[in-house]
Amino acid sequence: MTPKIRIVGVSKAFGGAAAALAGVDLDVAEHELLCLLGPSGCGKSTLLNIVAGFLAPTTGRVLVDEHPVDGPGADRGVVFQEYVLFPWLTVAGNVEFGLKLKGTAADERRRTVARYLDLVGLSAHAGKFPTQLSGGMKQRVAIARALANDPAIILMDEPFGALDAQTREVLQDELSRIQRLEHKTVIFVTHSIREAVYLADRVVVMTSAPGRIKQVFDITLPEVRDRFAPEFTHYESEITRVVKEEVAKTIDGHGRQGPSVHE
Amino acid sequence: MELISTLPELMEWGFRGPALSRRRAIRLKLAAVLGFLALWSLVSGVVVVAKLFNPIFLPGPWMIADALWTLAVKGQLWGHVAATLQRVAIGFSTGAALAIVLGLLAGHVRLVRNILEPVVELLRPIPPLAMLPLFLVWVGIGEGSKVGFITYATFFPTFLTTVHAVRRLDPLLVRAAQSLGARPSQLFVRVILPAALPDILVGIRLGVALSFFVIVISEFIGAEQGLGFLINDGRSFFLVPQMLGAAVLLGLLGYGGNALVRLVERRVLRWQYL
Repeated sequence: MTPKIRIVGVSKAFGGAAAALAGVDLDVAEHELLCLLGPSGCGKSTLLNIVAGFLAPTTGRVLVDEHPVDGPGADRGVVFQEYVLFPWLTVAGNVEFGLKLKGTAADERRRTVARYLDLVGLSAHAGKFPTQLSGGMKQRVAIARALANDPAIILMDEPFGALDAQTREVLQDELSRIQRLEHKTVIFVTHSIREAVYLADRVVVMTSAPGRIKQVFDITLPEVRDRFAPEFTHYESEITRVVKEEVAKTIDGHGRQGPSVHE
Repeated sequence: MELISTLPELMEWGFRGPALSRRRAIRLKLAAVLGFLALWSLVSGVVVVAKLFNPIFLPGPWMIADALWTLAVKGQLWGHVAATLQRVAIGFSTGAALAIVLGLLAGHVRLVRNILEPVVELLRPIPPLAMLPLFLVWVGIGEGSKVGFITYATFFPTFLTTVHAVRRLDPLLVRAAQSLGARPSQLFVRVILPAALPDILVGIRLGVALSFFVIVISEFIGAEQGLGFLINDGRSFFLVPQMLGAAVLLGLLGYGGNALVRLVERRVLRWQYL
């Protein structure tokens, strides 16, 4: 089967600065949830932005269903760390946004909005405005907004990075449950090893700048995961060891404290 | 720009002293207005009783009410108010519409910005009143010069706040909309315009205030109607109550205009007043 997303020899340099990404080759299978993991500044968000079409690669290209990506599009939904809800629209209005752009009929819009608000547990808050919501609720709205548009691919850029630890785990549970229902092709950027092991079918560890693929881990854990199972912690420590090498390298290489990684 | 958007709130709510209940605040404001009128009456009463100077220089509030009442009974007052309101309405809405359209374009399209901004920056520091005689020379002493002058004067604040609003738009909002499938035209209508609306409304409020400011002066020159004409006419014939009466009416109209924009703001920007 041809991969859903093919990243072919992608590198990226901003202006005259040193390369942020250097020659990344990566295939993402359909319905796969892939986590990009690495210390901050390793170019994982840059790679995600290139797949989203927000940035053009300096060399190489990204193919979705064998078609080159040349800009953002409704086939690739994006969930941002900063939520980025439209503050002038209600919760329902935000979820409805993509459907309105497509010209979906009003009653179908209403049904779809109801379905996805229910999926993220926000049916009771449909009429509220984003300023009235907590961070966790905002991110649920953003996920519902992306899903309601029914993209084949969802790109998530450290979506739970701004949330407190408890909310973060609750949303990881929800995302895992939603993915079992929706079967999207997901690229999920994170710097949390625990989060990656909990959610991913595959974890891609990246090197520090310039970003390259260092190692790929297939996570062969059951769909519903237990954060305290011995197999889970085994993956965690395995991946931690690989990531630590990268962090150590930045410390040695530059003689200063490198970017930190949550374990 | 930050100052402009927060100043009205500061002036309205203040930031020191205990919070007052809505009813107490209204009662306090009403008492302040009545107190001012009482003080004014007292001073002009003392002038009359003590024969300090000719009381015609400082007529009491009752004399102003009387002057306005006389004009109203003679059927002249409404014509003056309507003339001023009509000039402000036409001049201001033309200026605001031009400013919003050009401001959105200039904020969005770099080419348009590079052409418009230097011109605006050159004209803006000139006090609009300095341009009034020029309008009279160009358009003549008719309605055209008055309406055109208001259009000219009110264009600047609304244009500048609109350009600013579009330029400080959060680029992530654009990305979010694009990855939901927004085409450029949809982006403009569904993201750029609503995101810019709060600042545009600040510009509109400044524009309304400015149009009442400049209409008076343009009605001093070559007008047969309008509140500015009433003031100037009062000066020629030494009708001080008429001058003050027209001024009070202008104040009330300006206040009403501002209140109207604020009402629209509260409706349209419901999400900001939660």
